[in-house]
Amino acid sequence: MQATIEATMNQMQVLAYLPFYPLLSFILLVLFAKRLSWLTASILSVGAVLLSALSSAYLLQVAMLTPNSVVDVHLWQWFKLGDMAVNFAFRLDSLSMVMSLVVSGVGLLIHAYAAAYMKDDENFSRFMAYMNLFIVAMLLLVLADNLVLLYLGWEGVGLCSFLLIGFWYQDNDNAMAAKKAFIVTRVGDTFLAIGLFLLFRETGSLAINDITALAGSGEIANEMAFWICLLLVGGAVGKSAQLPLQTWLPDAMAGPTPVSALIHAATMVTAGVYLIARMQGVFVLTPEVMTIVSWIGALTLLLAGIAALAQSDIKRVLAYSTMSQIGYMMLALGAGAFSAGVMHLMTHAFFKALLFLTAGSIILALHHQQNIFKMGGLFKKLPLVSILFFIGIAALIAFPGTSGFVSKEAILAELYSSNTAGPVFWWLAIIGALITSIYSFRLLFITFFGDYRGDVKVHPVTDKLQLLPLVILALLALAGGLIGLNLTALFPAPPTELNLVTGHSDPAWLHNVAIATPFVGIVIAYLLYFPKTGQAVVGSDSSLTKFAHGGLGFDRLYEWLLVKPFVFIAKVNRRDVIEQLVTGISWNVQAWHEVLRASQNGQLRWYGAVIGVGVVMLLAILIFSGTSEPSLQVMNGGAQG
Amino acid sequence: MSHIPLSHAFILAGILFVIGFIGVIARRNTLFMLMSLEVMLNSVGIAFIAAGSAWQEADGQIMFILILTLAAAEVAVGLALLIRLQQQRQSLDIDELSDMRG
Repeated sequence: MQATIEATMNQMQVLAYLPFYPLLSFILLVLFAKRLSWLTASILSVGAVLLSALSSAYLLQVAMLTPNSVVDVHLWQWFKLGDMAVNFAFRLDSLSMVMSLVVSGVGLLIHAYAAAYMKDDENFSRFMAYMNLFIVAMLLLVLADNLVLLYLGWEGVGLCSFLLIGFWYQDNDNAMAAKKAFIVTRVGDTFLAIGLFLLFRETGSLAINDITALAGSGEIANEMAFWICLLLVGGAVGKSAQLPLQTWLPDAMAGPTPVSALIHAATMVTAGVYLIARMQGVFVLTPEVMTIVSWIGALTLLLAGIAALAQSDIKRVLAYSTMSQIGYMMLALGAGAFSAGVMHLMTHAFFKALLFLTAGSIILALHHQQNIFKMGGLFKKLPLVSILFFIGIAALIAFPGTSGFVSKEAILAELYSSNTAGPVFWWLAIIGALITSIYSFRLLFITFFGDYRGDVKVHPVTDKLQLLPLVILALLALAGGLIGLNLTALFPAPPTELNLVTGHSDPAWLHNVAIATPFVGIVIAYLLYFPKTGQAVVGSDSSLTKFAHGGLGFDRLYEWLLVKPFVFIAKVNRRDVIEQLVTGISWNVQAWHEVLRASQNGQLRWYGAVIGVGVVMLLAILIFSGTSEPSLQVMNGGAQG
Repeated sequence: MSHIPLSHAFILAGILFVIGFIGVIARRNTLFMLMSLEVMLNSVGIAFIAAGSAWQEADGQIMFILILTLAAAEVAVGLALLIRLQQQRQSLDIDELSDMRG
């Protein structure tokens, strides 16, 4: 007994410090900025994340001994909301454990890679400072025990995303992309905030645990739960780049590649998935919203896959691929397969970070060339990086044996028989998987096979600091599926009347189709895209391709629907109505000032005249107004006497 | 002797007063302003005398003597000031002499 308590004390201490190492490093990096050499800055920033990762690993190791253990640590009271205290407190259960491991673990590898990747940038320490700050915010997000703290982390990662997309802000396009990402996600954040307000009004609490308990005991009216969940989904689609708020993610690729890997593939964009999984207790009350989430996921995974087919920028292919994979996670959540969704989140973090980082190495090797039509034949020139990239692709298309296979199969297995999804969604997911393997192998064939089409010399990748994280990530992408992630204990079965599993029994051919699909995609991609000798490899420029290349017209649509009207109103209202009112007051005052100033001209005769006129006017008033009557009578009376 | 109505005397006093007042504000020469001021004082004096005689009271005449004294004192001081001004500034123009900034 004594031993357990001490272990818990230990755990609590480790947990309390876990998110703050990178914060310390961030502060130091900001304070000393350019005075730090590359080596010190790297050691500081990577070391801080390493400490967080080690803390997470320690907590995992302790938690393995006691299944379903929950560690709570209360740091301080943040503020009081009526009778409810909002605390700075962390809660570590198996879901946040997985998340903090992914964030700090993958974050550590990407930090190490980034230290090598950004070595020659003159603002290196600023870059690492932002990356550290991002890790802090993300850890707060996943460890928060109440939704207010979660929201702090939520906004923090949004801020870091903005700062890092616009890291090379000297280029106007990057700055615009940063603004776009910030504004579009802000729309989602607003939904989330309103959702939180409603939730607070309904339950009187924002502690995640309380809310889950209240939802479980039926304290939340179904009508209200519907709106709350819908608003939470609104926040999630903004952060996770799902329909209809997905337009920012492809543009976010303007940031340095490690940023794309860390924020826009592995961690931040999955925050929406985490939010829904966290609020699972409320979501299971409203099957309607679950179905909406399924639809969002299914449509996003298809549309993003189609858009990925037409991209020519290697990073944009991966960006659309990320959207599509998060679509799978959303689909899983909508179908009630929370554990599978989180599992896919984890494996996706591994293989997508791997893909982005290898893409970054390729981009560096080709002197910042990102156009796949200017690549080709890289397998011979960069064999090691290519093999690592192949591993990532294999996991992405769910090649049997890889981590992606395990998690995607887990999702597909639950879709067919789910009450809030069903056979239609299963077929959509299969079509999505087909498209995934087509665009993946299109990318692979065009980039790595055929002849080299670029005009710059390929610079071999030899930096150990770059390669080591890649190799580790590749191992995780291959074997990450072996991590037997089972969170079903955390996601209790919903109340019986809302039972998510229906009588749809899985037909026997289900798994065979799911396993065969990627191979069909590979064959199609081979026939369509494999570079034939003596034939130029160029992108198609049919209007359909252009349409898909532009993200299926969503940018155009929003431009017409929102941006244009807004700019028009702004132009009409250039002379702000309210400002006219305010300037009107000041104009008035100014005018009176002029008049009064003219009367005070310093000329004695003028003053005399004014006094005279004043006296005459006073007399006139006295004589002609009624009030002067009594005094005149008194005078008359005196005269008679 | 013909009886002059009180109102006539008051109208005369009023006209004189207005003439004096216009002189004060229209004239730029300080000497003439002082003289206009005397006219105004005298118009008031006429009003007092006329009123005193109309009501058969001595107060009007007493008041006039007071005003006369006041006028004499004022002229003495005023003229002295004018002489000093003329010596110091070589001018009696009231607008030029003004030190007020407005």
